[in-house]
Amino acid sequence: MPVRRKESRNKLAESYTIGHENEEHGHPALQHHFENMEQQREASTLGMWVFLVTEIMFFGGMFLAYTLYRSKYPEAFASASNHLDLKLGAINTVVLILSSFTMAMAVYSTQIGKRRNQIISLVLTLLLGITFLGIKAVEYHQKYVDHLIPGRLIPLRPFDASGVHLLPGAAKQNVEMFYWIYFAMTGMHAVHMIIGIGLISVILFLSWRGRYGPEYHNPVEVSGLYWHFVDIVWIFLFPLLYLLGRHLEH
Amino acid sequence: MKAMETFVTPTPSRVNYLNATYGLKSWLLTKDHKRIALLYLGSISFFFLIGGLYAMAIRIELLTPQADLLQSTTYNKVFTQHGIIMVFFFLIPSIPATLGNFLVPMMIGAKDLAFPRINLLSWYIYMLGGIVTIYALLAGGIDTGWTFYTPFSTSFSNSYVVAAGLGIFISGFSSILTGLNFIVTIHTMRAPGMTWFRMPLFIWSHYATSLVMILGTPVIAITILLLAFERLAHIGIFDPAAGGDPVLFQHLFWFYSHPAVYIMVLPGMGVVSELIANFSRKNIFGYSFVAFSSLAIAVFGFLVWGHHLFVASQSVYAGMIFSFLSFAVAIPSAIKVFNWTATLYKGSISYDTPMLYALGFIGLFTVGGMTGLFLAALAVDVHVSDTYFIVAHFHYIMVGGTLLAYLGGLHYWWPKISGRMYPEGWGRFSALVVFVGFNLTFLPQFVLGYMGMPRRYHVYPPEFQVLHVLSSAGASILGIGLLIPLLYLIWSMRYGKIAASNPWNLPGLEWQTSSPPPTENFELTPVVTWEAYEFAPAEEIQVVGKFRDTSVEEV
Amino acid sequence: MSEHIVPVRVYLAIFAALMLGTAITIWAGLQDFPGPLNVIIALTIAVIKATLVVLYFMHVRYSSRLIWVIFASALFWMGILFALTLSDYWTRSWFSL
Repeated sequence: MPVRRKESRNKLAESYTIGHENEEHGHPALQHHFENMEQQREASTLGMWVFLVTEIMFFGGMFLAYTLYRSKYPEAFASASNHLDLKLGAINTVVLILSSFTMAMAVYSTQIGKRRNQIISLVLTLLLGITFLGIKAVEYHQKYVDHLIPGRLIPLRPFDASGVHLLPGAAKQNVEMFYWIYFAMTGMHAVHMIIGIGLISVILFLSWRGRYGPEYHNPVEVSGLYWHFVDIVWIFLFPLLYLLGRHLEH
Repeated sequence: MKAMETFVTPTPSRVNYLNATYGLKSWLLTKDHKRIALLYLGSISFFFLIGGLYAMAIRIELLTPQADLLQSTTYNKVFTQHGIIMVFFFLIPSIPATLGNFLVPMMIGAKDLAFPRINLLSWYIYMLGGIVTIYALLAGGIDTGWTFYTPFSTSFSNSYVVAAGLGIFISGFSSILTGLNFIVTIHTMRAPGMTWFRMPLFIWSHYATSLVMILGTPVIAITILLLAFERLAHIGIFDPAAGGDPVLFQHLFWFYSHPAVYIMVLPGMGVVSELIANFSRKNIFGYSFVAFSSLAIAVFGFLVWGHHLFVASQSVYAGMIFSFLSFAVAIPSAIKVFNWTATLYKGSISYDTPMLYALGFIGLFTVGGMTGLFLAALAVDVHVSDTYFIVAHFHYIMVGGTLLAYLGGLHYWWPKISGRMYPEGWGRFSALVVFVGFNLTFLPQFVLGYMGMPRRYHVYPPEFQVLHVLSSAGASILGIGLLIPLLYLIWSMRYGKIAASNPWNLPGLEWQTSSPPPTENFELTPVVTWEAYEFAPAEEIQVVGKFRDTSVEEV
Repeated sequence: MSEHIVPVRVYLAIFAALMLGTAITIWAGLQDFPGPLNVIIALTIAVIKATLVVLYFMHVRYSSRLIWVIFASALFWMGILFALTLSDYWTRSWFSL
């Protein structure tokens, strides 16, 4: 019966219960392709989580390389690890975890509308992040001084493991492998820290302009997710790189 | 019965996404997913032509057993670059970035993807990666094979490995962003009533593809970085002399590159599901089986990469595990083929151009898939590894599968995209030419490979020449078959018959808006109350025109 | 997802736990435990710390199931990369164990 078919074809024509007439161009931050702020918030959070999945897989490749070579050359890796500055590494760990805490506080302050605390928390997070990078720079400089920059990265200063105390069973050649992995992993981590600092700076600037509050704070939350992720990577890097062979150096 | 469009289009005006705004800036700075899809369409076609030129050079050289056209170093560069361009700059983005970008929001009733600006960014990133890679090609090329195996690529090759790697690394981000966009869009922006199991299978397959993009691409990213550092700074991570392991590169490389082939084929399967159901005017047989098999392929695809390392000194025990898993991954693909076939049974089949491509896909993908099973068997793989058998196997899936699905989908949705119909006669003719040319090119290669012809060689024993000549002849026919659609599709944009909103008369959501659609896709957000592929019973089908009757004003 | 505001005391408690975990990690790293225990202890503590950050600082504890599944999948996939690659190296006399 044509009438029934026409009906089924006109499903759309009959079912316009949700449409442009209902759309309040409400919140100024609502993007036009979303129906409402809740959908936008959900999409934005989900998007950041999916992105973090890619980051986990990215670092995963390097953790795999680390696992394989550490298992193959345990003594060399332990020797090389012992030459890292444990104090600085530990301080950095505390600094980064503290910055995660201040970031969480920033999100909290935004949620309850305490703008002053929000800005202070973001500033603290930023400062702690920069501190982390500063300490990292000091560590890298020490490596440079000690001729421990691997390969021919510094053309006139090739890698030289003479300053590293070798544990029994360690071969000098494999010490370089450790430092390569150390620089690759902490270097990648530092790149992500820099990106995170950039991100938080933007959020800080917009917070100072009053853009975020209890009714719209998802960008702060989502930046926090990224920052916490970078913290988690370091939570694994610290014991794996710095605490490998400390127990052997007696 | 009147041969007249009876559907009431919601949009009375002639303004659509193509003519809503004018000027180069409105295209280069667009946030409209449909325009971005067209940007991709242009770039991808360009890279396909480049990859095709390299293929031409290969097939011409292989006409004779001697090296008379190309020196060995040049030949190495030609097949490497053919692979790199085709894999990374054509196959991986092809269907998702063009058809996917265009249709995913429309099929679920959304106004755009979740992150339109990130969508545009993904195209710019793709172009940047392409430009860097073209620089590498022009500066001197790469000769390592598209697989970049160490230690040749890190310690011995004198070609532009790092530049090419950088180009691929950059384009990987484009892939990641596209996948991210699709996943978030499908989760959060479905129209009211569009439940997961009412979605077209095209969406399911793009969701599965996006999962692979997200989980796999980062690993190739880190692999390329490690490769670049190894080459530049000679650390030793892949160098046996320094205590490293070259096979580690292969593990990391194939961890992505095997799932990558599912990035290439899953969207094609999604297109084929649409084509088979719609051109049989019958609901797809076993909808949930097909939907779940897409997810299964995406997951299982990550478990089999070691089958590329069977002869690479991987341990035999690992080889057995990967062999078993490689057999298992064929099962969901086979389920799809069975369901498509069952859909055809007692369907009302029309042999339009898209359907010809879909039927071709089923046949050729089956051949490719079955030969894949031969390769999953360790003993057979040892015999045919690095021969033309492998080359034939993957071309059956990539060209016989993905390319055919891409062409079928392009024709099928052409009226929606451009508002014009392509010339049906030419469409069917070139589909047949492509099918014949393709088989003539690659069927002899199975025989060549089994007889021992190695891949990546440009000189060979004279007894192989007959098969090579057949293959090259087929390649020229295939080339012509692919050139013709390029010409008539461009021609149709200006001179093609103006298409109706729903020229194929189908229930899909994308057909319930005008052709071409307005920028916001739907005048009003649809509320979905019907299942996917819900065809009206046969006696109710009216003959509907494919072309818009411009003498009648649409209401 | 309902808008759940995590109280400050929870954040403080988690922070304290993370600091404690860090201290224990360093202490344990300096002790000579038999066999592979050093590694196991270090990784266990790291996993606990990471879990606390994910659940509380990243709000996964208060988020939808979907977020939880996404995060768990990422870990699972990294697991695939490790497990199947190691299936090669472990059966190949790679490790000097």
